[in-house]
Parts: sequence; structure tokens; C-alpha cells
Amino acid sequence: MKLLRMKPGHGEILLAEGDVEVAEQEQTLIEAFRRELDAGMWAAVPSERRDGRREAELVKSFGEVPRDAERVIFFPRAAGGAPRSAAGRTAR
Amino acid sequence: MLLALGTAAIVLVVLLWELARPDALRAFAALRARLQRLRERARSRESAQLGYDPGRERRAEQRARELLRSCIDEYDWAMYRDLGFLRLWGGLGERAHAAGASYAYLIYPHRPIVAYVPQTGALLNEYCVAFPDHSRPYGSARLPDSDDVLAKWMALKADERCLIEQANMHLPGRQIDPEQVRRDLARLTRWERESGAGATDIVRAA
Repeated sequence: MKLLRMKPGHGEILLAEGDVEVAEQEQTLIEAFRRELDAGMWAAVPSERRDGRREAELVKSFGEVPRDAERVIFFPRAAGGAPRSAAGRTAR
Repeated sequence: MLLALGTAAIVLVVLLWELARPDALRAFAALRARLQRLRERARSRESAQLGYDPGRERRAEQRARELLRSCIDEYDWAMYRDLGFLRLWGGLGERAHAAGASYAYLIYPHRPIVAYVPQTGALLNEYCVAFPDHSRPYGSARLPDSDDVLAKWMALKADERCLIEQANMHLPGRQIDPEQVRRDLARLTRWERESGAGATDIVRAA
């Protein structure tokens, strides 16, 4: 399993990687997971349904991550954008 | 006599120091803090100059595109690559998650999410939402464009209601020209017709 984090000016970075079936590596993953959540990140697990459609699931603890998940992607939590003063119609 | 004068002088100096000490210590601490601030400012200016890399944003966007591509359907990826936005079927309506859904979203990078009625093309709302990274690793809180799109896509897919609640909702036209959105919808229709993929998507999504 890989823990990735989206980062401005960089794209995603690899935070941790390990096998959840190996206790020591799982502990490393759990600690990295907690650090990101404590830093205010959201965690999403991309997945694929049986019919091939891609899905995503938001998880709030490492226990919610499916054991067979390949990746967990962290990204900053959502905030209402465009404050009133900054809002202005744009056309491309 | 000299001894007395000397002792008096010493006592006077000590008394004056005792009186002035709190102010002197405060002034000293303020001076130290100011020097520290100046040093930090100089350091950050230096690192900004040294760390300036004109290709960084481009490389970041390239990585973000690869990540986006690895997470969404091939069909959606082709749509984003060719048109610059993603369409996502709404999941909360009566007919959810399908080409015949009651509503759908257009996801643009770093612009509001636009909700519309697929059957009529009527625009419903703009949802202004951002994912600011307050750690500002390279001086900016903005994710690369494709990361922003992926964050919106994942959040909508996983918990549509939560994301919509976090967003600032406005009527259409607040930030994006409705004519532009209509043109984008027309481009999307044409793209689906020309690529012949629309029918495939409807079959897959149904």
C-alpha cells in the first residue's frame, strides 16, 4: 500500500509504502496516516468496481482503508472558495 | 574620601541599573526578536531566489495528470484531456449515477463546479470550493490543476453531500460565464458524438 499526498508545486509525493500484512510496515503506514489526518488532510481511496467503473471512498481512519487498497491519496480538506470580494465572473 | 566616593558611585550605578533593568531587558528582547525576524526574512528571500524553478509547475502538473489518469475511467480521462473539464453524473437525484441522471456536474480546474440538467442543458448552480494547502510548500497553497480536478472528483464520488455542504453555492454566472458553460456543453455533446464513445458510456453507466 502506498500513501500519497497532493502537494502544491510538486504533484503527489510518496509519504509511506508498505505491506499491511507485515506488522512493522503496517505500523509505519498507520503513523503516517495519522500524521496527515492530524495535519487536516482528507484521505481518499481510489478503487475499481467489478464492472470496471472507477470510484473513490473517503476514509477517516486507517481501519476504514480496505486491506487490499493499493493507494490512499491525501489532499487538503475542502473549503468554500471564492470569497465575495474576490468573486468575479471570468470567461475563458 | 576617595573610597567613600567610589563606594557611592558603585551604589549609584547599581541603583540605576536596578531601576533601568526591566526596560533594558524589554528593549534587549525586542531587539533580539527584530534581528531574528530580519534574519528569517533574508533567509526566506534567499531560499526563494535559490529555489526558483520555472519548470516546477509544469512538472507538478505532469505528475498530477498521471495521477488523475490512474484514478478515473479512460473515457473520463479522454474527456478531460480533450476538453479540459470532467462531467460527473449527480448521485443524489432520483436517477443517480447514470447517463439519465437528474443532474450532472462540470468539474473545472480551480473554478467552481457547475451543476446542470443534462436533458435540457439548464444551469442550476455554481459550487465554489477549494483545497488550499496552508503549508504552502513552494509559496503557494494551490494544488496543480489536475490535482484540483481529482480532489473534486474524489470528494464528489465519495461524499457528494459533504462536498456540496462545504462549498459556497451561487446562482449560475457568479464566476463562470453561462455562455461559456453552454459552449462547453455543446463541445461535450460534439465530442461524444465524434468519438462515438457517448453510447458506450451510457451503456456502461446504466
